[in-house]
Order: sequence, then C-alpha cells, then structure tokens
Amino acid sequence: MVNGQQVTVRVHTMERLLDMLRHELGLTGAKEGCGEGECGSCSVLMDGVLVNSCLIPVIQAKGTDIVTIEGLSSDKQLAKLQQAFLDCGGAQCGICTPGMILAVHHLLRKRPQPTLEEIREGLSGNLCRCTGYMQIFDAVMQAAERGAVT
Amino acid sequence: MKSENIVGASVPRMEGRGKVTGQAKYVDDMALPDMLHGATVRSRIPRGKIKKIAFRPEINWQEFVIVSAKDIPGKNCIALIEEDQPCLADGMVNHPEEPILLLAHADRHILAKAVEAVSIEYESLPAIFTMEESEKQSEIIWGRDYIFKTYLIEKGNVDAVWEKAEYIVEGEYTTGAQEQLYIENNGMIAAFDSERGLTVWGSLQCPYYVHKALMKLCGLPAERVRVVQMETGGAFGGKEEYPSMIAAHAALLAIKSGKPVKIIYDRMEDMAATTKRHPSRTRHRTAVSGDGKILGGEIDFTIDGGAYETLSPVVLSRGAIHAGGPYYWPSVRIRAKAVATNAPPHGAFRGFGAPQSLFALERHMDRIAQAVHLSPVEIRRRNFLQTGQTTTTGQTVSEPIDLGKLLDRALELSDYAVKREKFAKQNRHGDKKKGIGIAAFLHGAGFTGSGERYLSSVVGVEACRDGSVRVLVSSTEFGQGTKTVLCQIAAEALGLRYEDVGIAQADTQEVPNSGPTVASRTVMVVGKLVESAARGIRQTLSASSMLADSYSPEEFRTACRTYVAKHGEFRSFVRYEQPEGVIWDEEKYRGAAYAAYAWAVYVAEVSVDPTSYNVSVDDFVALQEVGKVLNPVLARGQIIGGVAQAIGFALYEKVIWEKGRMQNGQMTNYIMPTSADLPPIRVYFEELGNAHGAFGAKGIGELPMDGPAPAIVNAVQDALAVPFDSIPLLPEDIFDALIGNAAQQSQPPSARGHR
Repeated sequence: MVNGQQVTVRVHTMERLLDMLRHELGLTGAKEGCGEGECGSCSVLMDGVLVNSCLIPVIQAKGTDIVTIEGLSSDKQLAKLQQAFLDCGGAQCGICTPGMILAVHHLLRKRPQPTLEEIREGLSGNLCRCTGYMQIFDAVMQAAERGAVT
Repeated sequence: MKSENIVGASVPRMEGRGKVTGQAKYVDDMALPDMLHGATVRSRIPRGKIKKIAFRPEINWQEFVIVSAKDIPGKNCIALIEEDQPCLADGMVNHPEEPILLLAHADRHILAKAVEAVSIEYESLPAIFTMEESEKQSEIIWGRDYIFKTYLIEKGNVDAVWEKAEYIVEGEYTTGAQEQLYIENNGMIAAFDSERGLTVWGSLQCPYYVHKALMKLCGLPAERVRVVQMETGGAFGGKEEYPSMIAAHAALLAIKSGKPVKIIYDRMEDMAATTKRHPSRTRHRTAVSGDGKILGGEIDFTIDGGAYETLSPVVLSRGAIHAGGPYYWPSVRIRAKAVATNAPPHGAFRGFGAPQSLFALERHMDRIAQAVHLSPVEIRRRNFLQTGQTTTTGQTVSEPIDLGKLLDRALELSDYAVKREKFAKQNRHGDKKKGIGIAAFLHGAGFTGSGERYLSSVVGVEACRDGSVRVLVSSTEFGQGTKTVLCQIAAEALGLRYEDVGIAQADTQEVPNSGPTVASRTVMVVGKLVESAARGIRQTLSASSMLADSYSPEEFRTACRTYVAKHGEFRSFVRYEQPEGVIWDEEKYRGAAYAAYAWAVYVAEVSVDPTSYNVSVDDFVALQEVGKVLNPVLARGQIIGGVAQAIGFALYEKVIWEKGRMQNGQMTNYIMPTSADLPPIRVYFEELGNAHGAFGAKGIGELPMDGPAPAIVNAVQDALAVPFDSIPLLPEDIFDALIGNAAQQSQPPSARGHR
C-alpha cells in the first residue's frame, strides 16, 4: 500500500524504495540528500515507522503500508501542521521539508505534546541547512498546541 | 487603498505551499522524454599531463555518448572573471577532481560502472597543497607566479606608529575550508534543438552567469541559450559558479546526443568536486596606546584559491575590506593575496571572505584586550567606529550608528557581566568549564565598490492582460525568501495587497538580468529597483488618467486591463544607477566600499566537557542593525540559519585533505549541526533604516555568518584560559592544547603548527 492505495510494480528486488517511489510512482516529494541515511530528506512512514527510504530495498517494503508526503497532504488534520510550517518559517529552501514534516508527524503521533528536548531528539535524524531548526521547533509547538495530529 | 503596511509584515512565503506539500519541483524531480543520464570522468591526480585514455572492454561503449574537450563547439572555458578554467581538461589536469570526459547513457546504473571503466594514464607533475608551499614558489602552478590577485589598502602612515605604541600585539589566525552542504545536490538538465537552441533547467543561483558561460562554450548567440532555474534546495554561494560547469557538461552531452541529458551529482561528488569556502590565514600586528586605543596596524590576509582563479579576487576583496571590522584605525596597511594550490577551486560561501578575516580580527581584539589588561568589552568600546569617522578604505560613516549602545544591549540581553563573573568563580572548582565571548562586526551589502555600477542590473514589473502584476527579475529563490520579499516591496509600492502580486520564474527568456543572487544584494539593491519599477507602473496609469490617486485592488486591476487592451504589453523597467556620494577608486582601493553596512554584536556562551573536550554552545544572542526588517519571520530565519552554519564553521565542519582531495565527502564524516546540537539562538534587530535600500532595508543574508565563530572561540578562551586561533576547533585540538601541550613543550616551537 502506498498512500492508502494498493500498488504493484515490477522492479529489481534491491532497488531502493526511494527510487521506486520517485521513478515508478512519480512521488517526488521524498528527496535524495545523501543516499546513506544521514540527512533524512527521503523519510517516509513504513507501517507507521519513520524510515530513510534510500536505505530500504523494495523487497523489504513489499506488503507494507507506505505513507509519503503526498499521502499526508490529503489528510485534513495535517493541514494544521503544514500551516504551522508556513506561519513559523519552518521551511526555507524546502528540500528537507517533506522529510521533516513526516518526522514531525511521526513525533506528534507518539508525543502529542512534546517538550523542546523531545522535539530536538525527535528531529535529530533530519538535517536542515537553512533554518538552524529554531523555527521548525516553533512550528512543532504551534502544531501541537492546535492538535495537528491526533 | 489598503491601510496596513505589507513591508514589515510576516506574510507567508510565496512558494511555501508547494514546499510543505512536496509538490515543489526541483531539477531531479523533472524528466523529459527520451532523456539520458550524464556523468563526469574526473582526474584522479592533483597535477599532471594526460598521456592516454583507455576504455576497458567490459563495457559496451557503443551504447554511450562520450564527450571530450574536442567536442566543444566554442571556447573550452567556464567564463567568469578570467577564462582560465577549462570545461574539460585538454591534455593537462590541475586538481584531483578536474573533469576530463563526459558519458551519457539511458541507464544510470550502467553509467556508474562505465565511469569506473575509463582508465587514464598520466605523467604526474609536482603539486602544491598549502598556501605556504605556494608562497615558496618551488613550483609555479598558475600564471607567472602563484598569485591570482593582490590588494593593498593603506590609510595614514602606519610605519610611524610603532614607536608611539605602548603595546605591540601580534597574532596569526587560520580558518579551514567549509562545505556549503545544501541538502539538494547540484544538478542540471540540458536539451538542444537546432531550431530553438539550447535550454538548461537546474539548481542554481545566477541564471545569467550560466547563460554567459554557455554562450562562450557553445558559440551560441544570447537568444539561442535559455537558462531556467528550478526550485533550488539551498545554495549559500555554493551554486553561484559551479552550476555553469554542470550546465556546460549537460549541454555538451545534449548537443552531441541530440537527446535531453540530466546530470545529478551524488553527495560525494558534490562535496569533493564543487566549490567550498576559501581556507585563510591572517596575520595581525597592532600598535596600541596605553589606554587601549588602536594606533595602527598591519594586516596580512591570504586565502587559498585552489587551482583556478574563479571568484577568488572578489572573495579576497571582501575579506580585505572587512579585515578592519567595526573599529577606527587611524592608520592601517592591509595586504591581501589569493594564491594557487592544486585543489578544486574554492568559491563563494555566505560571507565571502568576511567570516575569515573577521574571525581573525575578533580573536585578535581579545588578544589585545589581554595584552593591555582591559576586558574584551572595554577594548571594543574604546575602538568602535563613530559616525563621522572613516573606515580602513576612507569611507566616512554617515549614518547615526552607535556601536557602544548596540554592545550594551547585547550584553544586557545575554546577561554578560553576571555570567562572566559567575563562570570565572565556578571554573575554579568545577570540572566543566564555562565561558562567554563576544564579537562585534559589520557586513557591507551589495557588490563591492563600483561592482553594482558594472552589473548595471535591470528589473521589470509587468501589468498583465488579466490585470495581475508580476515582478520580472533574474534574482533567484533558494530559501532566503527572495520571491516573498520582492513581491512585498512591489505590493507596497503599488498600494496593493501581497496576494495581488506575483513573480515570474527565473528564466532568461522571461526576465531581464537583475544581476546575480549573491552578496546580500537582493533586497537592498534589486528590491530598490523593484520599488522604482512598480512606481513606474502606477505613474503611467495615473498619467493616462486610468487610475485615481486612491484606488482599490479591483480598480487597479481594471486600470491595468484597460491599459493593456489599449496599448498592448505593459512593462516598467528600471536600470541601476550608482547613488550619489558612493564613489570608489578601484586603483587605490579607497572610497565607499559599500553603499550600506549592517552592524552586529553577538554573544556566545559555551561549556567545555572535561572528559570529551567537546564544546557545546549553551546560549547565543544575535543582535544586529539591518536597516528596516521587511519580513520579520524570514529575517529571523536568515539570522538563525546563518548562526547555525557558523557554529558548524567554528566547531564541527572540517574538510580532511589528502593531496588536494577531500577525503570526507559524506554526511557521515563531515559533520554539520543537527537539531540536537544547537543552543537557543536568540535574535534581536535594531532598525536604523537605509537611504539606499528598498523601504530602508539593508542586506542581511551573509551577516550572521561573520560573528559566531570568533564569539564562540573567545568564549572557549574565557572558559579554559587558553587561546585558540584556528577553526574548526575540534575536541582533539582542545585536548592537544590542554594535555598534549605539556608533552610537546620540550620541542622547539617551529616543530609545531605544521598542518
């Protein structure tokens, strides 16, 4: 399942999940920043767990439930989270933003009212070179306050 | 008419919606029918002659498009300032990442194998890897000597001050290379059509730089080259010049193959091959009076330019002009030079030479303070530039800036005095050492000297057929908020709402050349032109009696529609003119170096872990005067982001070199700050305004890169009572200084300090 829809593709079993999503399904919201699981800009949710899709061979994703940024965008609740990123300046160049928003979504699922320390830890696998993170923290706080993810 | 000001309001980022939903299209998100992928075969030695190129038989080379220097239709160079950098090496390589051959294939996986299957035989020549080796001139690797550029800035008679000096304080300071590390790697797509010519789409800062380079390389006229900027995932100067090289490569493959070609670098190629911040060395010798006043000084500023000239003269110029900082120098002699080494060329990175020379100066001010037994605060206070005094280039400070007051506010915001005393007491007992440090600095906005006059930027505002308005500039958005702020300016000037104004994609077929998106010039210089061009639209409508003095957005739309229906295309263009009184002597390097300066005082609080020697920044106050803040959320974002990068510059980001080649070109081993590493970064603005900027704005993008490193290292010195004069300052350097030093003290000093 990708974003709630059953998907069948024929690719090499060791093809990276990231490439399958981007090339076979045209879901280009997940980005490649480093190709080695350091930057988090290819983050997606796999069975509710935040993963770096550049490190997942397609065979491992077979039969799982994948959610990408495109899947979250149609989620009514998420509009609040995206709005918080816009209001607070949480996105600058935008390349880390889809992964970052998925990481925040994942964090807020686990901790609907996170402390600043929990936010710092929760997002430490997603690198952002533009913002210095502070305005992303602001966005998470605002989103949590408004009950963005329940 | 609308009543609220748009300028000064935190309107949402114009392209923000696409970014938060994943819909924004970056170059790698784009594909064209029948597209090939391109890759670059690079030199693997620092310097030498290419003897033979062999294609190993395990690859079916018939399937590949192969391009060498022979395939270049025009001149084999990447045109910028000098034309010394080839697009593809022709017989000779000068650094270990130099492009030699280009390959294209429909399958990216096969392509990667093919790159490995090209064997190149070289005759190695002696190579130079450090500034010191370059200065020895044992091997001339560039030009007649080893020097790309020198500058001399002289004020007063510095030779006469030494005998009057109560103290003479000397110091040498170095900074390392730093990778921009935008999260989106470089990439380009090129397509060639014999009818329409060449089009490239890419991740880039300066569409017209790429345009100029492609015209020269391909021998094509301006109208047959089109450059389109895609959404760009960070740049920081790193996409100022190198995109011209990648566009050139994609273009050559596209021309030869007749198919569109995409080149996307992976992280390692991007980090190793593209430009980084220039490594630097600054020597200070300063004459100081008994009461702590600077009488004069000599400053020797040297940067490592790498193998080709590229932007080094310009980086050097900014570094040299900022070397005296926000202080009054009755006399000074600044000698600056950029030297050649056999490393990939170093280039633009936020701050552009100023973070290097200001690191040196602000460390040196603390050294002077210690020598004359004053506090770091007092030494700065006594030497601050005052309104009416002149800078090192003889530019009179005409705005009413009060740096003493700025300093006071920063000290208050950071609780400096209380903390400094408290830490001094605690450090006597505790293992964990804490310290607090300051840095005062300035940053000139826009191109240096006559640069803006030479650029002669053109900006347009168009009223469209449907009555909407759009801004026409080649200034690009790569996170800073260019689109948002320029639209705010246009809306304000037109008396419209923010949502009534749009902006064209940065496409050379659509927009005029408003200059490169660099040098903190976009809001101040281009913004001012947008303001004028927008007023032009309004005046034309008023003059033709289509618009009353007071109007609603709907009345404005109607007026535009009517005008276009009657007269056709309706565009207002404005060209830059040097403001009066901004006079610069390029020969003597004297006069008004910049039309405006932003001023700042930053305070860093650190602690040093007694077991890991790890430095953590615990609190950071960034106070700056930046003219008028046009969008508070975006402005704050610029400052925080710059401070974060500068914390990396100071404490984490070390490029490991081996024979001119970066060894740690991965995010695993080149470490930038994560969300868990940074202190609260507290941002405060003072707003004096600026006659030369749009609605009083100055440039702010680069400013926050200049001050954090010296403030942090000054704080480390405060904590440990040991001076550190090189960055990045890593735990092992602190260990060496505290523990290793004892073991090394028996050795003569010359045995140390060798990189």
